[in-house]
Amino acid sequence: MTYVNDRFYEELVTSFTNWQRPELEVTDVATRDECRRLLEREARLLDEGRYEDWLALYAEECVVWVPAAERPGDPRREVTVFFDDRRRLQDRIFRLRTGKAWSQVPPSRTARLVSNIEVFRAAGKLMVRSNLLLNEFRAGETRALAAWCAHRLAGGKIDAKQVNLLERDQSLRNPSILL
Amino acid sequence: MSTSIFFEHLVQEDRVHRSIYTDPLIFELEMTHIFGGVWCYLAHESQLPRPDDYLTAQLGLRPVIVVRDSGGKLRALFNRCTHRGARVCRETRGNAGTFQCPYHGWTYFNSGKLRGVPWPEGYACDFSDGKYNLAQVPRVESYRGFIFGTLNADMLPLADYLGAARRPIDEWLDRHPGGRVVLAEANRLKFKGNWKLAYDNAADGYHVLFSHRSLLETENRHAADPTKGMSFYLGKPDEAPMYVQYFGRGHHFKDKRPNIERRPGALWEIEGAQPGMAAYEQLIRQNLGARAPRALDLAASEPVNINIFPNLSILGNHIQVFQPLAVDETESVWYATAIVDEANELDGMADAVNAIRMRTQESFPNFGEVDDAANFEEIQKGLAACEDEWVYMHRGLGIPGRVKQLPDGTLKAPATDEVFMREHMKEWQRLMTTRPNIQLTR
Repeated sequence: MTYVNDRFYEELVTSFTNWQRPELEVTDVATRDECRRLLEREARLLDEGRYEDWLALYAEECVVWVPAAERPGDPRREVTVFFDDRRRLQDRIFRLRTGKAWSQVPPSRTARLVSNIEVFRAAGKLMVRSNLLLNEFRAGETRALAAWCAHRLAGGKIDAKQVNLLERDQSLRNPSILL
Repeated sequence: MSTSIFFEHLVQEDRVHRSIYTDPLIFELEMTHIFGGVWCYLAHESQLPRPDDYLTAQLGLRPVIVVRDSGGKLRALFNRCTHRGARVCRETRGNAGTFQCPYHGWTYFNSGKLRGVPWPEGYACDFSDGKYNLAQVPRVESYRGFIFGTLNADMLPLADYLGAARRPIDEWLDRHPGGRVVLAEANRLKFKGNWKLAYDNAADGYHVLFSHRSLLETENRHAADPTKGMSFYLGKPDEAPMYVQYFGRGHHFKDKRPNIERRPGALWEIEGAQPGMAAYEQLIRQNLGARAPRALDLAASEPVNINIFPNLSILGNHIQVFQPLAVDETESVWYATAIVDEANELDGMADAVNAIRMRTQESFPNFGEVDDAANFEEIQKGLAACEDEWVYMHRGLGIPGRVKQLPDGTLKAPATDEVFMREHMKEWQRLMTTRPNIQLTR
């Protein structure tokens, strides 16, 4: 699994820059509904802990990118909250499944709300902007994480997702769940 | 009861009292005796490269602006308007020659000196009196890029305070081109527990196999014979060549380097799989040939924990900072570091090294620290059992020959020994019973 290389980063950064332009917006109702259903399905599979089914929504060559900088830059030059290719997403799932990932024993209960969906088409791919409100209950406490997300779709699969947490450059408490 | 008898009771040879983690009054004293009374890490010079660069931070609970003033001098100003007390700077970082309080408009130079107030004719006082300048930390010193501050006028110079810990810090820096690193954003966590829980953990080789079980299993999930990451803790870690060392003044060191063969590339070989490794490794090998293994080692995590009491831990490639927020809440910030290669020692491959190094540095905060933080929170919850008073840290105590005193006075013990914890607790006790000479300058 060697698809993360310099060109991959280059294209990713370019593709996630300046894409929310009015002339690129998709107004077709059927396409927008398809995107909305995909995002809602993703939220449900994560809330239900069905991680393998969730990962099946992603293209073989995929990335989940959660920037840590106030103004996200190039992930080659700065750390992120996480930047996971398929293998590291599989690692994340494997770790949660060991039963010894103490930050998730017992696991968080989550309810994700996905809203404010807008769809754009750039460089032949659909780019979906949404707002995420993630409610998490664990260890006697409920908290909320909010983010705006960008899903890049190709062939009906998610091939890149960026999650821009409101607190990305601040303390995230104990970020141990899949985003 | 005098405070020294009080604290003598709380720190014993083999155990400490739960209240040192739970009592708000003890925490309040710590904010003067420890976070103020000794050198505390404030910032890294790479965050303030130019004159007028600043960032906001905390010295204990005190809000400060760490600034390279217009003349190039490093200062830590209290971020507190002399007039009515509002924080004058609300940004996390920036570049400014002056700070104007948004409440009534008092304005200060970044040296801390009052520049002016609105409608001064309404005042009878002389504003050139230094008492109207911003308060500032009287002593700010830097050691090879690490900026520290103390309010204690009697504190020994920073280099002496670091003492024997300077050697591993030097070694950690000198493995990089130009002997330096720059910060490259951070993974920031927070836990509902006392700050000392994180510091007690910083050289703890005993918890690794248990607290980090999921990480060890994940790193080695494809291998029949586990060799990746911290697999050298498997089996009998006390018989491995790694060791823990106590330097004095609360500083300690866990050195895992002896577990790894001393040859270029050996560190790289045990690094767990991370995004982009294969492609960049190929690129680096193509460009550097026989020199590639040394470059690849720079992308791998350096197996040391260098802990500077009370709030700094240099570990892997991270600069970790412990920030107390309350008696039962602590922030744990893992600043990533990148290499800079001004002399082009790596033939243009520094960017490729950093592209891997950013991903390797995301691994531990995501797959390791989260589980420690969960355990710290569970300690804080467990300590609510107020009749069950003691916390034990006596692993290794009383076993003849286990802890060795070296000629330089430092103590060396097997990797899972808790001697470092007992020793920093003695230092903590000494500091809590000694009144520091706290001064402010203006």
